[in-house]
This record gives sequence, C-alpha cells and structure tokens, in this order.
Amino acid sequence: MASDTVNVLVAGLGGQGIIKASDIIADAAFRSGYDVKKSEIHGMSQRGGSVSSDVRFGTKVLSPMIPRGEAHFLVLCDPSQREVFWEYLRPGGKIIAPDMVPAEALPHQKTLNIALLGVLSIHLAIPENAWLLAIEANLPSKGVEANLRAFELGRQKGAGVLEKTN
Amino acid sequence: MTTITKRLLFGNEAIALAARNAGVALGTGYPGTPSTEILEYFAEYGGQAQWAPNEKVALEVALGASFCGARTLVTMKHVGLNVAADPFFTAAYTGVDGGMVVVSADDPGMASSQNEQDNRHYAVAAGVPMLEPSSSQEAYDFTAAAIDLSEKWHIPVLLRVTTRICHSKTVVTPRWLFPPSDAPKFRRDIKGRVMIPAYARPAHRRLRAKLAEIAQWAEDSALTRVIQGSKSLGIITSGVTYYHVREAAPEASILKLGITHPLPIEKIRQFAESVECCVVVEEGDPYLATHIRAAGISVDSKPEMYRFGELNVERVRRILANDESPEPQPPAGKLPELCKGCPYRPVYDILHRMNCIVSGDIGCYTLGVLPPYEAMDTCVCMGASIPVGLGMRHVLPPDQARRVVSVIGDSTFMHTGIPGIVEMVYNPPPDGHVVIVLDNGTTAMTGQQEHPATGRSLEHTPTNRVSIEDVARAIGVKEVHVIDPTREAARFEETLEKCLQSGQLSLIVARHYCILAAPSIKEFEKLTQQQFDFQCAPGGSEHYGE
Ligand SMILES: Cc1ncc(C[n+]2csc(CCOP(=O)(O)OP(=O)(O)O)c2C)c(N)n1
Repeated sequence: MASDTVNVLVAGLGGQGIIKASDIIADAAFRSGYDVKKSEIHGMSQRGGSVSSDVRFGTKVLSPMIPRGEAHFLVLCDPSQREVFWEYLRPGGKIIAPDMVPAEALPHQKTLNIALLGVLSIHLAIPENAWLLAIEANLPSKGVEANLRAFELGRQKGAGVLEKTN
Repeated sequence: MTTITKRLLFGNEAIALAARNAGVALGTGYPGTPSTEILEYFAEYGGQAQWAPNEKVALEVALGASFCGARTLVTMKHVGLNVAADPFFTAAYTGVDGGMVVVSADDPGMASSQNEQDNRHYAVAAGVPMLEPSSSQEAYDFTAAAIDLSEKWHIPVLLRVTTRICHSKTVVTPRWLFPPSDAPKFRRDIKGRVMIPAYARPAHRRLRAKLAEIAQWAEDSALTRVIQGSKSLGIITSGVTYYHVREAAPEASILKLGITHPLPIEKIRQFAESVECCVVVEEGDPYLATHIRAAGISVDSKPEMYRFGELNVERVRRILANDESPEPQPPAGKLPELCKGCPYRPVYDILHRMNCIVSGDIGCYTLGVLPPYEAMDTCVCMGASIPVGLGMRHVLPPDQARRVVSVIGDSTFMHTGIPGIVEMVYNPPPDGHVVIVLDNGTTAMTGQQEHPATGRSLEHTPTNRVSIEDVARAIGVKEVHVIDPTREAARFEETLEKCLQSGQLSLIVARHYCILAAPSIKEFEKLTQQQFDFQCAPGGSEHYGE
C-alpha cells in the first residue's frame, strides 16, 4: 500500500480557531497541487468542548478521516487535549504544541493557531507562498497582518518538535 | 455560470453550487446540523433561500413552487424529515413539474443529534428515488442528477448525505450543468394534484410504475459504478463508506451504488456472482444488505455492533476481518457547556434551586442538563417540551404536578412549540402549567440563524416579525410575562414562583441576546436601521419596538 498521503490532525477546544487552522492547511496544500480532504465535526463542540479537524493531502486521498495511529502531525492548540488525541498519532509522528512558541512574542493570543501552523510548515512540502496566500484567503483582512507575523514567528521557532516514541 | 476551475468545497457548498448552477429558483429549509450551511451558501451564490419555521412548511413551500414548474431545493437534518414526512409521502403521489431535491443530512454517530436514524428507509417507505454521494464532487454531480431525474419522472428525489459528506472539504470541478427551466406558470391538473381517495388510488399506481422504470434506468446509470479488483473479494457500498472501503481494502472489487433506491438489483446480482466472497459494507442500519438479500442474492454483511456510530477505515478493516472483539474506547473529550455569560445560566440556576421538574427541548439550552444545573428531566424532539410537560401535569399528584415547567427556545417555539400552546389552552391540566420561552434572539445551536421571531430573513435583512408573547396571548394564555433573566433575576424568580402557585396557564419569555450572537445582531440592526429594544429594560417594553 504505497500511499503518500500526509495526515495532519488539528485539535483543541471550541473557540481556539481549530477549524480555521485546518482550512488554511487544506487550502495551502490545495494551492500546491495536492489532492486534499479535510473533515471535522461541528455542532455541540463549539460550546467550549473538544474540537478536532482532520486534514489529509497527497497524490490521491481516499477516506476524509485520519485512521487512528496514522497521523503524521498533531497540532495541539490546547495542551489539555493531548491525552484525547494522542492515540491518533503514528509512532514517530510529531506533536506541535503551544509551548513551542513564546506566548509573549505572539502578536495576540488569538494568533496561536496560526503560529503553530508556522511551526508545522517547516515539516511539510508546501511552499511558503502557498501558506501566505492561504492565510490571506481564509482570514478577515484586518487580522491578516498580525497572523502573518504569528506564522513567521512559528516558522522561526519550529526547531524543537517532539516525536512520539512509544 | 461560475468559471470551471477546481475548488476545495464542503459537501454542503457543493450541493448549493450545483443547485445554483442548475437554476434552482427557490431553496427552503430549517436549520439542523449537518445540513444548515447548504441554504446559507445557496444564498451567498445568489440563490433565493428562505428559512421556514419548520421542515414540513419548508417542503410544502417548495412543493407549491415545483407544482408551478420551478426547480426547488429543500434542506434539513435527518430528524427534520420526520417533521416533513407527511407532505413528503404524498408528494411522491402528486409528483412535481419543476425538479425537486429534498436533502436529508443524516448524522450517524450523533455528533449533534438526538438519534441516529437512517433515512434511507424513508426513500423506500415514501417511494421516492434516492441518491447518495461519496464526496463533494459527487454532492455537486448528484444534486444535478437529482434535478434531472426529478424532471424526467416528475417525482421528488431524496439526496441523502451524512455528516462526513456535508462537513468534509474535497476537490470539486464544477462542471457545466443544463439550461434553466421554463418560467414558472400555473398548469391545472386536478386529478394529479388533489389527493382525494378517488384520485390518489391511480396516483399510487402511477408512482409504482415510475419506480419500476427508474429501477430499470438505474441498472445502466453512470451513478452505479464497478471498480474492478480481485475476484476473491467484492464489496458493495455507498456514500462516504466507499472511500473507507477503498483505503481499507485496496485490492477488492467494489460495486459503488450512487442510486440506492430503487436498487439496480440485476447489476448487484451480477456483481455478487462475479466474486468469490461478496460483502455489503454500509454505515447505519443494514439497509442495503436487507434489500439485497430480499432479492435472493447471497451476501455477507457487518456484525450488529457496527450498526452503531460512524464507520471509518479502522472499523471497515474490522468488518472485513469479521472481528467482533470489543473496540477500544476513544478517550472522552471535554463536553460542551453553556457559555460564560449565557443568559440561560441564571434561568437554570433558579430552576435548579426551586427543584422544578423540567420538561425540556432541543437547542443550546439543552446544555442545562449538565452539572452544575442538571435542570432538565426530559428532552425528546423539537417542540415536545410543552406537550410532554402537560402530560406529566395531567397524571402527577398535585404536589409534584405544580413543580412541572416546560422550557423551550425561541426558534423551537416557532418550529413546533405553538401547537403545544394550543393544546395547553384547549386541555388545561387541573393545576395549570408554566412555559418558559428562552428567547436569545437567534437559533444559537446551529450557528445563529434567523427565525420568524427575529424579524430578519435568512440573509439578515428585515422582514415581518412574529411576536412570541402576542402569539401566546392570542391563543388564550392569560398570564404572559417578558423578563430579562440576567438583569432581573430576582423578578424572574418571583414571577416563576407566582405562576407555579397560581394554578393558571402562564408563559414567561426570558429575553436576552445570546452572548455569542449579540455583536452580529447589533451589526444587522445598525445596517438595517432597525431600532429593536430587544433587551427590555427593567419594567420596560415587552416588544422589540418598531
Ligand atoms: C426536527 C428538527 N429540526 C432541526 C433540529 C436541529 N436543531 C436542534 S435545536 C435547534 C434550534 C434551537 O434554537 P432555539 O430554540 O432558538 O434555541 P438556542 O439554540 O438558541 O438555545 C435546531 C435547529 C432538530 N433537532 N430537530
């Protein structure tokens, strides 16, 4: 089963911009010419509950949902959700967590999701320009500048990514 | 016509775009996850879209338009089709002139629903053709195919989608569709449209004849596809499950059914005979397996445990391995809760302290069932709060009956709450009853849609407003109060206490904006120069103000 599909799971709590972040990843991958599927559960979870979104891209993506134990990346916007989504990560998969970007350096706390995409971006074969266009296309114009700064911050700090070893 | 370039779209967006490109003249529906965004996108694309007070009304409005030759789209979640079932069944008899697509968005796994009913059974029960897309591209293509089918056989078509179709984004090439229909005009057809028994009997026969023709057509339709693979394993599937199957069993031969009522039975028979082992893999009830077996075709199907919840790649692997060992339980995520600053909080605080028996309903306010309030004792379906509360009042001993309160949201009140008020006035319990309408000025649960009591249309522009308190008074409720539960918690508590003691029929509107919706509502009001006095000042106006 030679599949080149890359699986990115974005997770956190309602209100943290999880769905926005996954929209941007999906759009950036789509702009780079990949087949893309992304899937999530809306509804009740918007009231502060756990939220996650699956993004998959590659030559040809089949199921829109990431099978358990097959995510290459887990982008966590809230450390409390680590336990809930840990099992989706594959052995050797990488966690991208809030402590990788210094909170005080963020233009705004609300831009954490985008800063984490900055960290993620170093690991994916998606050109920087596709990311920038996707950010611009998916955010209201008045927030774009701060979010581009957050993204840049994430890209610079993206070195110390944790690997799942068990 | 939108330019033909590839786009990344939600299934809901794809349905809306296809409807728009196919010249659908009117979209109607009632919000409900996962269907809600279809009409919102349809309006964004420039289509005429309207929220109806409920799904039955939505379907009937569309039916009237389709009688006159207009193409229509009706959207709802799965339980919405229960509400719309009455016109849906008989519309199969009357048929339509303009193409009519009824979208049922099912929610296997109940991400945001009170049950996981499988609406494929409705297609069989009503005698309506059904299409099931597997991706956003097919959501687009099948919406167009549904309109085509509907016009060819003059019959409404059910487009059955699920959460993972509606709320997944996949790549779509929006192809050119077909020319618009002729301008709507009235065509008299008394025997075809007036379902008195004498005209309905032949109408039923006509329906069965159409279905037999469509079954024939389905055999060679491009909607039915065979993916050739190994002869040792053949899988029959439909919907999003098709992609789970491709991933779980890349070597298998697959019969992918796009039209799942009527079924292309001969195609299925040939496929089953062409492989050594044939397995039906489907989400939800054993719908395909049952009907395929009834036709005398021998197939394997999933163990009963996979009827519950969504399927995914892992579960399909287990089904194919006939693995019935207990599945690992995913760790529980954090439950949702009433927002900080939600106007329902003080109401539930009071109901909890007063130890009321609460007959509840469906909306954000159902979250009042969770700690710390635990102030809801029943919740069944939209509109049930008032009648269920009345039933309790009729039979409970007086000391308990007097503690029963029905709690219902503003959108739910408009949806199916009003007949409950009629019942209350017509068959009053001996000790009266108390209804609390939690009026937060929006349909919060499904993402802040407008409804008749907000006075704004689907696109947030001003229209006539239906007043909850005036409706209650007009029906005959004597005690009607409007109170802001956040600013006047004490008055709210006092009034509730008095109403419970009085033995009268009373209705209290607890009125305060949804904390999440308030900023945008204020924007809409500013934009439209409306000066609503929504959050009535203490002792102030009961009305939104003109
Ligand atoms: C028949 C039916 N249609 C739609 C839904 C989806 N749904 C659940 S609650 C609700 C409306 C809730 O609005 P409201 O009563 O104003 O309460 P709020 O969420 O604002 O608290 C909707 C549309 C449903 N459960 N059943």
